[in-house]
Amino acid sequence: MTTNLRSGSLDAVASASAGPRVGVLALQGDFREHAHVLATLGAEVSLVRRPEELDAIDGLVIPGGESSVMDKLARTFGLQAPLKAAIAAGLPVYGTCAGLIMLADTVLDAIDGQESLGGLDVVVRRNAFGSQNQSFETDLDIPALGEVPVHAVFIRGPVVESVGAAATPLATLADGRVVAVEQGNLLGTSFHPEITGEHRFHEYFLAKVRTRV
Amino acid sequence: MTVSETGSSRVKRGLAEMLKGGVIMDVVTPEQARIAEDAGAVAVMALERVPADIRSQGGVARMSDPDLIDAIIAEVSIPVMAKARIGHFVEAQVLQALDVDYIDESEVLSPADYVNHIDKWAFNTPFVCGATNLGEALRRINEGAAMIRSKGEAGTGDVSEATKHIRKISSEINQLKSMTRDELYVAAKELQAPYELVLEVAETGKLPVVLFVAGGVATPADAAMMMQLGADGVFVGSGIFKSGNPEARAAAVVKATTFYDDPSVVAQVSRGLGEAMVGINVADLAAPHRLAERGW
Repeated sequence: MTTNLRSGSLDAVASASAGPRVGVLALQGDFREHAHVLATLGAEVSLVRRPEELDAIDGLVIPGGESSVMDKLARTFGLQAPLKAAIAAGLPVYGTCAGLIMLADTVLDAIDGQESLGGLDVVVRRNAFGSQNQSFETDLDIPALGEVPVHAVFIRGPVVESVGAAATPLATLADGRVVAVEQGNLLGTSFHPEITGEHRFHEYFLAKVRTRV
Repeated sequence: MTVSETGSSRVKRGLAEMLKGGVIMDVVTPEQARIAEDAGAVAVMALERVPADIRSQGGVARMSDPDLIDAIIAEVSIPVMAKARIGHFVEAQVLQALDVDYIDESEVLSPADYVNHIDKWAFNTPFVCGATNLGEALRRINEGAAMIRSKGEAGTGDVSEATKHIRKISSEINQLKSMTRDELYVAAKELQAPYELVLEVAETGKLPVVLFVAGGVATPADAAMMMQLGADGVFVGSGIFKSGNPEARAAAVVKATTFYDDPSVVAQVSRGLGEAMVGINVADLAAPHRLAERGW
């Protein structure tokens, strides 16, 4: 419920401190939830909808939402090529759900003509659990984030069907399916830490951003 | 020790969170659903007749044929919503069995119960409901709605009622924010809404669920205006498939919703769309034909 979305700064939540500058791709989806978590953790947050807005950031989050819509808008408004270039140049990027799909090298069950940005050496199946009636929440043991389990919400989420040599699985469901991966500066989760008050993934991501800065 | 839970409030409300900043389009055939997905809709609303046709043809409007809903679900990969009549909990049970992603308990259809709305907590599938003001929105949330859309006046192409309802809801939220605790008890009484929900809105400054706008949005500028007025996203019903060039108009509304605060983009996408739906002025509608007055 805010109208001050003018790109470049997010006055409502921006912290006064000089934390790492993190953009949130704001074409569609729950970008405000990510912006809020990142600002809470001390990042200087901006919303990204235009190519030039990529210049002023040290890391990027691609939120949950509808991947086919984000892809279409990213191409229409000239963001796809600069995003791919930034990822290739080592920009730290964290994708949740649709964001994971955008980061996957290969996407199964995409709509006709859908493209991803790529970067993660994984095959991701879109909407892998079925309809909303199969959406669920559960606890995941993720050793990389400590002993306390991560409470994870899956909303018509994707799964990582196969993990290539360059990528590392971070979390699996009880049935063994991979739902979180990382590869260098890239991080992807099938679920949505941004809507559960879980901050450890964002902290983990911000550590990557700070290291590179 | 891992327990999975479906149908929780967080899971139900969560899907609406993921639809934010997007456009949900009414479709009556699989072909229209394909056009909507290709144009960048975040979800489609499957129904038998768009509101403009329900209006002009009259008669009782009911839940869609299950075959039609199945065909639309088979055609697209984005979420599919479908409408049940107000209070018609069996239509809602059927829609849940059909595995739709969201059920719209909608005033656009003929009400099945003039006293009670559906007990939406009883369902695994989430519900979206219409509201013309904050009290109505909170009553629906109290009944289990996981998403609210302001009603507007469906099937008219006249955005004035949509404007009125989103402004009303926003201004009532703003009033709550400035009230003291003792005043909030009275506010809850006047809003005819549970005190706990009123308190939550006063403290957070927003509804506990996502708020879209619906009812009369017909142009990219209409959609952008609703977003500037504080909507989380828009429903477009008759406005797309009753226009001259549905493909172009659908894509333009999507772009205007994302860049709602950038008039140069709204101007650019508004070019060359052909005829908008002809529309009906809400002021010319006799009271019995105003759908927004259904539901309470």
